[in-house]
Amino acid sequence: MTITTELEQPPQVSGADPASGHLEEFRHDPISLMQRVREECGDVGEFLLGERRVVLLSGATANERFFRASEEELNQAEAYPFMTPIFGKGVIFDAPPERRQEMLHNQALKDKHMRLHAQKIADEVVDMVASWDAEGGIDLLDFFAELTIYTSSACLIGKKFRDQLDERFADLYHDLERGTDALAYVDPYAPIESFRRRDAARAALVELVQGIMDQRKNGQPATDEDRDLLDVLISVREGETPRFTADEITGIFISMMFAGHHTTSGTAAWTLIELLKHPDELKSVVAELDELYADGREVSYQALREMPRLESAVKEALRLHPPLILLMRVAKEPFDVGGYSIEPGTMVGASPAVSNRLSPDFNNPDVFDPSRYLDPRREDLENPWTWIPFGAGKHRCVGAAFAMMQLKAIFSVILRGWTFELSQPPESYRNDHSKMVVQLEQPCRARYRVRA
Amino acid sequence: MKIAVDYDLCQGHAVCQSEAPAVFAVEDKGQVKVLDEDPAEEARAQVEMAVKYCPTHALKIVEG
Repeated sequence: MTITTELEQPPQVSGADPASGHLEEFRHDPISLMQRVREECGDVGEFLLGERRVVLLSGATANERFFRASEEELNQAEAYPFMTPIFGKGVIFDAPPERRQEMLHNQALKDKHMRLHAQKIADEVVDMVASWDAEGGIDLLDFFAELTIYTSSACLIGKKFRDQLDERFADLYHDLERGTDALAYVDPYAPIESFRRRDAARAALVELVQGIMDQRKNGQPATDEDRDLLDVLISVREGETPRFTADEITGIFISMMFAGHHTTSGTAAWTLIELLKHPDELKSVVAELDELYADGREVSYQALREMPRLESAVKEALRLHPPLILLMRVAKEPFDVGGYSIEPGTMVGASPAVSNRLSPDFNNPDVFDPSRYLDPRREDLENPWTWIPFGAGKHRCVGAAFAMMQLKAIFSVILRGWTFELSQPPESYRNDHSKMVVQLEQPCRARYRVRA
Repeated sequence: MKIAVDYDLCQGHAVCQSEAPAVFAVEDKGQVKVLDEDPAEEARAQVEMAVKYCPTHALKIVEG
């Protein structure tokens, strides 16, 4: 005799509105909602976005099940409907898995290319701060968002393209990122202001790229030294006609830069904010940099590896302020986890914002404590399924090493050349969670002064 | 010294190949191939660097 056990469906968190479920709460305070799911339901609990059910997993066991699931069980492509209007048709999340895998596996992130990126990034930072006076003020979101447009375009597309950009590109890109209201789970083209601005910004970016393409057509042909990805994409032909339109090329560039932009920019800002809130940690990071560069060496791949103090501070900013607060998939077949069964079609998520602060995985989880990553504690390596600012498993952020290198290069330049102080009360710096792309709430100002 | 690879984690970044080219190879769009399953003691320092700097922590040295 075979005994089959019917697994139950996951429990639902309190507070659902009969019409919209938890959508309004999710659009305003998603972290509190997700923490309440864990408190009320445990490792597996459900909330509703309109009529869509989302099962939130947390804790090491459920997270490992999530991150080791195959693409046939949990599909990533269908889980981010708010990205399609940004990337455009046929790009990344709209493409079949094998094509996506190929696109995601950007050659620029391979180790042999990474070794060349270190100096490029440092050069971009030096260029940005070249216009600074001996002292002054910056908005942390504006500054790091513009800087990371230049670093990521220089490394992923090429220096020539980067040099044809100015802050207009960064401003339009910001409007794209703001166009990620969770309302997209109900209707990605709903008539709201942030979606209108998103679509206008994408059209304007296509025009910018078209302008650059026209310039290239009428200018000097590319040489082996300066050929960038734009030259390559322009040169691809199908018979007599170009393979890619300006719209498609813009979509490819937007998607290549997207994952590494607001994430790196936000983490740079939060690392600086946390270090300024913790002067002893800042002192030890600056001392580490001073010592490392004391011999006059350049900012290089090798130098950037040797910074445990700075690396730990960045990791701690990532743990406390993960740029992605919810990683999503869609169940394609019945999915069992934690004693519950999830039906096909249900969305399934894991939350870095919740898991990164679990006790007892992390000692004093709400405290900024970079020493938790040093030997012998190594709380990131000890908790591979709950220390998840970059996700985990086969979909783990392919740009994690690039991001870490970039952040170290940024701080190698700015912390050796300048001192900083917060311009606002420390507790006034917070993230804006009204969009799926989390960014610092403005104002978020800081002051700088050239180092004596 | 034996090497263990978690293929659920390897994404083919090829840092290991840079660190220990005699032991690891990664094709352009593939995952790591271990060329030498039982590398000699002289290669230990290089292999340890490969393990340490693997961006996805997919490599382990299994003693014995």
